[in-house]
Amino acid sequence: MWGDWHQLWEIMSTPDNVPIVAMLFLVPFYLWYWHRQAVATDGLITQLEADPALAKTHHRKVFPWKQGWDREVHTWPYLMRVEFLAAIIITVILMIWAITLNAPLEEPANPNLTMNPAKAPWYFLGLQEMLVYFDPWIAGVIMPTIIIVGLMVIPYIDENPLGNGYYTYKQRKFAIWTYLIGYVFLWMVMIAIGTIIRGPGWGWFWPTQTWDHNRLVFEVNRDLHTLFGIHNRLIAGIFGGVVVLLYFVVAGYCVHLICTANSFTRKIYKRMSLFQIVTMNLLLVLMISLPVKIALRLLLRIKYVWVTPWFNV
Amino acid sequence: MPEENGGNGGKKTGLLDKIQGDAKALKQVVQDKAKADLQTYKEPEKTQVFRSIFRVSHDDTPRSRALSVLTNVFFHLHPAKVNRDAVRYSFTWGMGGITFYLFIVLTFTGVMLMFYYHPTKVQAYRDILYLHHDVPFGQLLRNMHRWAAHMMIMTVWLHTLRVFLSGSYKKPREFNWCVGVILMVLTLLLSFTGYLLPDDQLGFWAVTVGTNMARATPLLGHEGPGGPQLGMTPFNDVRFALLGGSIVDANALLRAYIWHCIAIPLIASIFMGVHFWRVRKDGGISGPAPVMLESEIKEEKGPRPVIMKPSGIR
Repeated sequence: MWGDWHQLWEIMSTPDNVPIVAMLFLVPFYLWYWHRQAVATDGLITQLEADPALAKTHHRKVFPWKQGWDREVHTWPYLMRVEFLAAIIITVILMIWAITLNAPLEEPANPNLTMNPAKAPWYFLGLQEMLVYFDPWIAGVIMPTIIIVGLMVIPYIDENPLGNGYYTYKQRKFAIWTYLIGYVFLWMVMIAIGTIIRGPGWGWFWPTQTWDHNRLVFEVNRDLHTLFGIHNRLIAGIFGGVVVLLYFVVAGYCVHLICTANSFTRKIYKRMSLFQIVTMNLLLVLMISLPVKIALRLLLRIKYVWVTPWFNV
Repeated sequence: MPEENGGNGGKKTGLLDKIQGDAKALKQVVQDKAKADLQTYKEPEKTQVFRSIFRVSHDDTPRSRALSVLTNVFFHLHPAKVNRDAVRYSFTWGMGGITFYLFIVLTFTGVMLMFYYHPTKVQAYRDILYLHHDVPFGQLLRNMHRWAAHMMIMTVWLHTLRVFLSGSYKKPREFNWCVGVILMVLTLLLSFTGYLLPDDQLGFWAVTVGTNMARATPLLGHEGPGGPQLGMTPFNDVRFALLGGSIVDANALLRAYIWHCIAIPLIASIFMGVHFWRVRKDGGISGPAPVMLESEIKEEKGPRPVIMKPSGIR
């Protein structure tokens, strides 16, 4: 059933979904806001690179500057008034939000009546969506751990000294692409899918497609080894292990190629220690494994790549 | 002895006249003092009470401006002076400060809610109904708490985005970025533990789905790789520790309540203290900094020197 705009409106206007709907606008807005400033700064950088004499005398910011101006201003009042204003604006927004929309309250908790779909809070729906593609021990435990550790490792593997404290795209293309792919596509978009697309039975319902609680999906999910006609469990286990190992090698090599694609990235690569390179390579390979697994599942209907008696990948 | 009568030239005065004279003098004194007091009330900053609280005069001199920040316990998180371009909204997006402000709002509304809430299976849900229908502004209070929590997650994520895009995690701020990541995780956990507290279907199933993942923890969960081999069952694994039982029930409610209202806010406060302190010790906020050119990259040899500049000195 298509064209069900009413249901789409109900999903989008559910009070608890307001934040992710807001993020659908806020993230693009702030990315545009960043990009606008990055373009301006990159213009200045190009100008200064072309004119070494100017680079020596220029104040090196895109903001106006004249000889004799103070480089610093008093916190009181110039910063405090901005903070005060921000607090007032946030309070007003919060009050309006709290007056117009009520916090949801469902029926009393009932273990015998399963909610369908049973959804986590909106900010964890990316992880819940990951459950489709990976077993819980990966999606629920390993992946969150890798995300947290990976984020914390960023400053220690990013050996690019440029772009410290100003917006630029030109000087940090690799870092920015990596982060934005993770932030926008592997986190925000996954949350949006979990919020807007997923319906009863965690089925895929396009926007305006009516949620059908009786829909049966005959998904023929196969394990990779059956595609190759392997049915012996021992051989399948070894085969899966080899495939996963092969993925790490091939993906790792691809990451290496991207990291050494031009003279600037090669320069940065040279500054990194072996430990830094291996850590970065491993984290990126693990990060790419998510879209790879999504593609395997959605396009080729493959459930597991590696089946063993103890765990499945 | 006429002098004994008080120097009135020997003229005897009555008690009444004496009192009248005193009263007149007193009236004059009171009027003068009142006039003087009124004068000080017009300038309250000159009173002793005011000066005992705010030790700095509030005039438009650089010294007073600096001291008004440095001598105030709530303002002294700030340096006396900041980078002239750092007050622009376009650089900071204001997200870190707003996140902290929302934490304060949440603490305030949260404490108010605690006055009306019992973390027990019998009463929790009824307390929410009570808040909605009987407590003056109870519904508004709960709404504000919930939406501020959602908003805090949004601002925390946007803050992360800003810090990454401005390269602010780079030297010397690497460690503060890590503290920030922990704070972000704590924000999510704060929100998640609060989700169960209304004890309704929404919270119950969200927490059931969430904690079911803990079953699959490698080695520590009874359905995770290596778990059964290590003797994990539903009654001794990590999920049992989180819920205080094998299902989401009374113990889970109490545990969520303690984590939500006491433990995580305390831990988060400590990390926040470190986070803000390190912002200052790492030289204030990172920019907007002068751009650096590719030709200016220095070859690095050996470990970098540790730079600890007192904030405010550049």
